[in-house]
Amino acid sequence: MAKIEIKVNGKARKADVDPRLLLVHYLRENLNLTGTNVGCDTSQCGACTVMIDGQAVKSCTVLAVQADGSDVTTIEGLAQDGKMHPIQQAFWDNHGLQCGYCTSGMILTSVEILKHNPHPSEAEVRHGLEGNVCRCTGYHNIVKSVLAAADAMGGK
Amino acid sequence: MGLDTFGKGIKRREDPRLITGKGTYVDNMKMVGMAHAYILRSPYAHARIIKIDVAKAKAQPGVLDVFVGKDMEALGSIPCGWSHPGLITPKHPVVAIDEVNYVGDPVAVIVAEDRYIARDAADLIDVEYDPLPAVIDLEKAVASREQARVAAAHADVHHAGAHHDEAAAGEAIEQTVGAEVKAALASQEAAGPHLVHNEAAHNTAFTWTIGDKAKTDEAFAKAAHVTTLRIRNNRIQASAIEPRAALASYDAASEGITLWMTSQNPHIHRLLAAAFVLGIPEHKLRVIAPDVGGGFGSKIFVYGEEIIVVWASRKLGVPVKWASERREAYISDAHGRDHVTTAEMAFDAGGRITGLRVKTLANLGAYLSTFSTAVPTYLYGTLLSGQYDIPTIFCEVLGVLTNTVPVDAVRGAGRPEATFLLERLMDTAARELKMEPTAIRRKNFIQPNQFPYQTAVALQYDSGNYEVALDKALEMVGYADLRKQQAEARKQGKLIGIGVSTYLEACGLAPSALVGSLGAGAGQWESALVRVMPTGTINVYTGSHSHGQGHETTFAQVVSRELGVPYENINILHGDTETLPYGWGTYGSRSAAVGGSALVKASQRVREKAIKIAAHLLEANEADVELVEGKFQVKGAPSRSKSWFDIGLQSHLAHNLPQGMEPGLEFTAFYDPSNFVYPFGAHICVTEVDADTGQVQIKRFIAVDDCGNRINPMIIDGQVHGGLACGIGQALYEEAAYTDEGQPLFGSMMDYALPRAHFLPSFELGHTVTPCPHNPLGVKGIGETGAIGSPPAVVNSVVDALAHLGVTHIDMPLTPEKVWRAMNAM
Ligand code: FES
Ligand code: FES
Repeated sequence: MAKIEIKVNGKARKADVDPRLLLVHYLRENLNLTGTNVGCDTSQCGACTVMIDGQAVKSCTVLAVQADGSDVTTIEGLAQDGKMHPIQQAFWDNHGLQCGYCTSGMILTSVEILKHNPHPSEAEVRHGLEGNVCRCTGYHNIVKSVLAAADAMGGK
Repeated sequence: MGLDTFGKGIKRREDPRLITGKGTYVDNMKMVGMAHAYILRSPYAHARIIKIDVAKAKAQPGVLDVFVGKDMEALGSIPCGWSHPGLITPKHPVVAIDEVNYVGDPVAVIVAEDRYIARDAADLIDVEYDPLPAVIDLEKAVASREQARVAAAHADVHHAGAHHDEAAAGEAIEQTVGAEVKAALASQEAAGPHLVHNEAAHNTAFTWTIGDKAKTDEAFAKAAHVTTLRIRNNRIQASAIEPRAALASYDAASEGITLWMTSQNPHIHRLLAAAFVLGIPEHKLRVIAPDVGGGFGSKIFVYGEEIIVVWASRKLGVPVKWASERREAYISDAHGRDHVTTAEMAFDAGGRITGLRVKTLANLGAYLSTFSTAVPTYLYGTLLSGQYDIPTIFCEVLGVLTNTVPVDAVRGAGRPEATFLLERLMDTAARELKMEPTAIRRKNFIQPNQFPYQTAVALQYDSGNYEVALDKALEMVGYADLRKQQAEARKQGKLIGIGVSTYLEACGLAPSALVGSLGAGAGQWESALVRVMPTGTINVYTGSHSHGQGHETTFAQVVSRELGVPYENINILHGDTETLPYGWGTYGSRSAAVGGSALVKASQRVREKAIKIAAHLLEANEADVELVEGKFQVKGAPSRSKSWFDIGLQSHLAHNLPQGMEPGLEFTAFYDPSNFVYPFGAHICVTEVDADTGQVQIKRFIAVDDCGNRINPMIIDGQVHGGLACGIGQALYEEAAYTDEGQPLFGSMMDYALPRAHFLPSFELGHTVTPCPHNPLGVKGIGETGAIGSPPAVVNSVVDALAHLGVTHIDMPLTPEKVWRAMNAM
């Protein structure tokens, strides 16, 4: 067992975990933050994406102990004061999801895309999303959502 | 949003919960004392199980128990829900008992306190296998059948010639026949005497034909031109991003079981699991399908895992959950497609089709999955007329058993295979006959004045206007200009292709009597319950199930229009067998056409009764009361009116109802349509092939679809986008390929290539509207059209780009290697 302390969505959480416990399972099973989904187990689909210290990371390939001392944001922590993040809003406005299973990961990856490139082209958005798989939307409306969010956020 | 939402692309009400991480998918669920099941699967495609030693695994701390096939022997066989005359149905145990038949066949079940412990324990199970030869290749699987057929034909000839001196020749004939059969058996032996199941001779579960063989043969004998193609329709995987999962909780007090599972049709799951496998009364099993992360067909069927958790929960007295890993999903979710087909099309001198002859080997995998026998037959053979007026068709399908994962419906199911074959034939014929690909299609389209149109393969199309959709697609792509640009590009050594496909599908699965006569073990109607609450809001219960299709939004739009109740005041409930009327679920693009029509029917009954109540309260004649903008008012005196609140409340209080009227205001309706629905459209794909690498890039994709009346255009477009991505995935990237020994080459998402955002363009969509004439909404299906129309558009485009290099056909998926080899004639 290993002691860890991770700040999750702004709250410090202490735990004693099996060293091999994956971060995604820690979040889902121990903390009940089930908005982070598992789609592939092998870092291919991006459904499990969370932000670790401001960077989008696939939590199915991170051990909980590796995240010790870091600051983790999951989809549950993205909305502020009960108001959706502009990217969440853009996904809603632009029908950027269907079954919703890939969506948390798509949104957190989009946060990262816009952080580095506040005014991306369509091609840049598509490349930015290459690590996330969606089987429902054909990406058309996801790309549209990210571009709309970029507009709405005006470079912020 | 109010009353006026029908036909508008309003935002989905299910989204906020999914966007903020508050969805309830099965694997999110936890229960007190819950244990986790892990399934050990066969590493062999075909083997006898000599012995299984589970002692070490069982002894692990945290392991509750370990089960093998023998423990569950009393369970029924996993059923196939669609029968054909003479169908051979191999027994399909939930967990393999003496023999495994594909890589992935369950061998043992470990139930432990958590999934890590369960997985560890699985490594400690010792299984001794005696490997058997595996049957993988479709043509090899039935080779012995062909040999036997040849031998039998010879024997017939000998017999015919032997008539005059039977007695003398008798022995000689016996010897000849005996020798031939022996020779056939010997060569079969040499090729491998392999049977997947001993009861299925020649590995053939069924032989199915449709159409008129003699008439078709005659058309071919007289044909001015015959185009022939041999096509492999590649095996694909549905790949819903949410893996399948099931959680069962047994309640000893009531002996009832609740099963949460990833299901597209909870009632079908309950029926088949309870009655056919578990042998428990149906009312003791409650199936709940909460949020489901995509289905694409793969979550229709009955699988062993959901039975395992129910069985284990009952046995151990704790809730038991199984959640598939992706690696596992690829070898346990049913696969799709996998046909080898020889198709011939006969033409007269003017380019008019005079006949179509098709022979298909359809892979069924190791066992018959729930709808597997319907997919390559009634959902395929009956679609072989497409949009074309074909005077005679004959199609023969062999359902073939192999040592591979069972094959069943994946998005489109049968219709993509039929369309692919037709549209490849049309393009190939056009090239051979030196016609424009659009001209040959126009020449053969069924014309608007021919509806209802009776095809040569059973279906009667209700309505359509095919040329208009094609014209629209050509206009959107700027066809004439594009052909010029293509010629220019070619001069500069650029390989640009333009591929056209026109498709038709039959969906909205029903009518029940018809599908019953064809072998379905299911009714195909749908039900809905519309309940007016005392405050005038509405609860709607539907037998359809939404797993991304947005029913909570579109169905509310439908009921809002029918009842004049504000959209916000309508609540759609689905996915729970305990609280809903019976339903057959969501697949085959049946939700709007069949489920939506049931809603209309139930709503109409509610409205009729509401008008009676209103008339009574307003002291008016029933005939004088009308529902206008959500208010019941007296004609000519709009100030005399009652609201839904008044009606709802009065129907429940029942203090002041018409004499003899029952209290309450709710109706359940069962809707069984009179025909399938027939969406159609035209797709155009523009590709560029890299001359050095064979890499295909899609430059533009235009899809014009006609799904009749449109409830929510935004959702319709989304469905088309997703379907296109699936179809393009099949055409360019996806294949669930096996080695000759039956080892899967698609172990994870690293090996199975799904389309990613940068592989695809933004799609350009258009539509035409030809309302369905026989359902009250005038709607057809849209969920599968993208996957049906796009694969031939892509392949036609690539072949068009390479035709001048002598390329006539490439089998999907068009990987760079295959394309490169084709263009370099290797
Ligand atoms: S589950 Fe982590 S990337 Fe797919
Ligand atoms: S919305 Fe279903 S996987 Fe993306």
